[in-house]
Amino acid sequence: MTKTLYDKIWDAHVVHEDTDGTCLLYIDRHLVHEVTSPQAFEGLRMTGRKLRAPDKTIAVPDHNVPTTPDRENGIENEESRIQVEALDRNAREFGVHYYPVNDVRQGIVHIVGPEQGWTLPGMTVVCGDSHTATHGAFGALAHGIGTSEVEHVLATQTLIQKKSKNMKVEITGSLPPGVTAKDITLSVIGATGTAGGTGYVIEYCGQAIEELSIEGRMTVCNMAIEGGARAGLIAPDEKTFQYVQGRPHAPKGAQWDAAMAWWKTLKSDPDAHWDKVVTLKAEEIAPVVTWGTSPEDVLPITDSVPDPASFAGGKVEAARRALDYMGLTPGQKLTDIEIDTVFIGSCTNGRIEDLRAAAEILKGRKIKVKRAMVVPGSGLVRAQAEEEGLAQIFIDAGFEWRLAGCSMCLAMNPDQLSPGERCAATSNRNFEGRQGRGGRTHLMSPAMAAAAAITGRLTDIRDMMAETA
Amino acid sequence: MEKFTTLTGVAAPMPLVNIDTDMIIPKQFLKTIQRTGLGKNLFDEMRYDDQGREIPDFVLNQPAYRKSEILVAGDNFGCGSSREHAPWALADFGIRTIISTSFADIFYNNCFKNGMLPIVLPQEQVDILMDDARKGENARISIDLESQTVTSADGQVFSFEIDPFKKHCLLNGLDDIGLTLEKVASIDAFEAQATQARPWV
Ligand code: SF4
Repeated sequence: MTKTLYDKIWDAHVVHEDTDGTCLLYIDRHLVHEVTSPQAFEGLRMTGRKLRAPDKTIAVPDHNVPTTPDRENGIENEESRIQVEALDRNAREFGVHYYPVNDVRQGIVHIVGPEQGWTLPGMTVVCGDSHTATHGAFGALAHGIGTSEVEHVLATQTLIQKKSKNMKVEITGSLPPGVTAKDITLSVIGATGTAGGTGYVIEYCGQAIEELSIEGRMTVCNMAIEGGARAGLIAPDEKTFQYVQGRPHAPKGAQWDAAMAWWKTLKSDPDAHWDKVVTLKAEEIAPVVTWGTSPEDVLPITDSVPDPASFAGGKVEAARRALDYMGLTPGQKLTDIEIDTVFIGSCTNGRIEDLRAAAEILKGRKIKVKRAMVVPGSGLVRAQAEEEGLAQIFIDAGFEWRLAGCSMCLAMNPDQLSPGERCAATSNRNFEGRQGRGGRTHLMSPAMAAAAAITGRLTDIRDMMAETA
Repeated sequence: MEKFTTLTGVAAPMPLVNIDTDMIIPKQFLKTIQRTGLGKNLFDEMRYDDQGREIPDFVLNQPAYRKSEILVAGDNFGCGSSREHAPWALADFGIRTIISTSFADIFYNNCFKNGMLPIVLPQEQVDILMDDARKGENARISIDLESQTVTSADGQVFSFEIDPFKKHCLLNGLDDIGLTLEKVASIDAFEAQATQARPWV
């Protein structure tokens, strides 16, 4: 029988299958952060259950941590501090791998996992966080779970699951200049809607995906969840193997060879069955931004704010509400929208290549927005950016240079928008209040966010590239 | 876990599509290390103004809906983050069933871990129940999990699908972890075999 990549990874991890198709799936890596885990550890304690596989469990605080340099003196917000302290206590008591706040390897859980070589092709990876889909870039089956499931994995190293359907998203051809992985993933959501992937695991493929770097592939898979899919996957290839090799927890020597032998088989069979197929032409993808409060509210930067009446069904009301919230009028050109704040960071776009792309635009220029911040995805990304001179470019341009964490992606720490403040963000959600109550978020790529910082409005990166050239 | 068998109650109408988990429970309330007490902050930013006063227009602030046990909602309810705080907040408020044409995957699963029943019905049936919900206390909706039916205020009966395993757990209030630990021998066997096949993991 022919199989997709998803089928292959799934089959290799089924512990038990019931007659109705409910499966017990073995979990290779469990990533844990401070927000969705305290109740799960507490559950173990209350029932006297043990942590089954501490060696496959990795903990790092990221959502709550301040990103200002004074954080080494402790966290001021009491509730955040309690949560981070709870993780600290749980990690040590249960003996899991742990990267505390002041460790240079600390960072956003989905950046730390791959960076440390915890995430490997063919694995099952879960975390109490929906953007676990990021790890799919390595050809790992990775998805978010709720806190009850976190407890379930801690206690049993398995998850009760039913198999999803297979969906193929193919991006043919090569991306035009100025168009990035972020534009691919947002355009796919624009085409399929936020529920387009519900019930599916997506495999992204095609020439444009193959041509992406591993970091770009992480950006694409990261937002599979915004498209409603349980997980996003990309078949591992030479680039993947090169990225993984030599990382602290990647296999070495004979184990590496054995792993490679299996990893090379991890691709969908040519005639595998797909339940749904979506194809986009890379040549037709433009740099995009979101205009509304759902990631599906996405348009090419050359477009204008849509008229809610142009939608159908419940979307009419949702679009009206979105424009009201965003303070926009139908017909307004997207490039006329003025920006107050720029946020570069998050597990979508907080890696070194993202910082390089933004710095390239910012070099020798000054920002026009009220505030701009860069929050590297991990301490190691930060260190590398400093070494490459990127940090200085950001600082000279007028950006704040922060420590690693989730920061303004969800604004659980002090980095928040105030009501009405408009932000160009490289993160993944533009929901109402996501970046602070009343805050207005436009999602885009790092280069586009940098361009907006320079001009003070949403900007077509291609115009700026012409200027630079 | 609390059992779910039958429920008859007031349903609150929330026709908005894509109601996300940030709307259901904004992140400032995720800092708790407990599961309870989130009901007062359910839909916080839609429910209260900047001064923390109730916004009278918001459905759950209206007298008829203050004790709602059911939500009838627009497409793709619960999209966004994996935060189980979303079902915890709904349950803590007293809502045990949400009816919609579709749910986000993680939210849907999270409901079952908390004795809640999300119900998927076709658009026409959701529309009928939405009309019932708009009538407040005068139009109660009934749910029977055993027979997998929803009964509208005027007695129309709609059937819904549910995974048999999830149904079984909900009807009996079974704890997933306990059930899985009964299979610990299979997990041990799998682990032994997997360590042979993929020693690098
Ligand atoms: S960066 Fe944002 S999306 Fe990513 S894990 Fe943190 S809060 Fe979630």
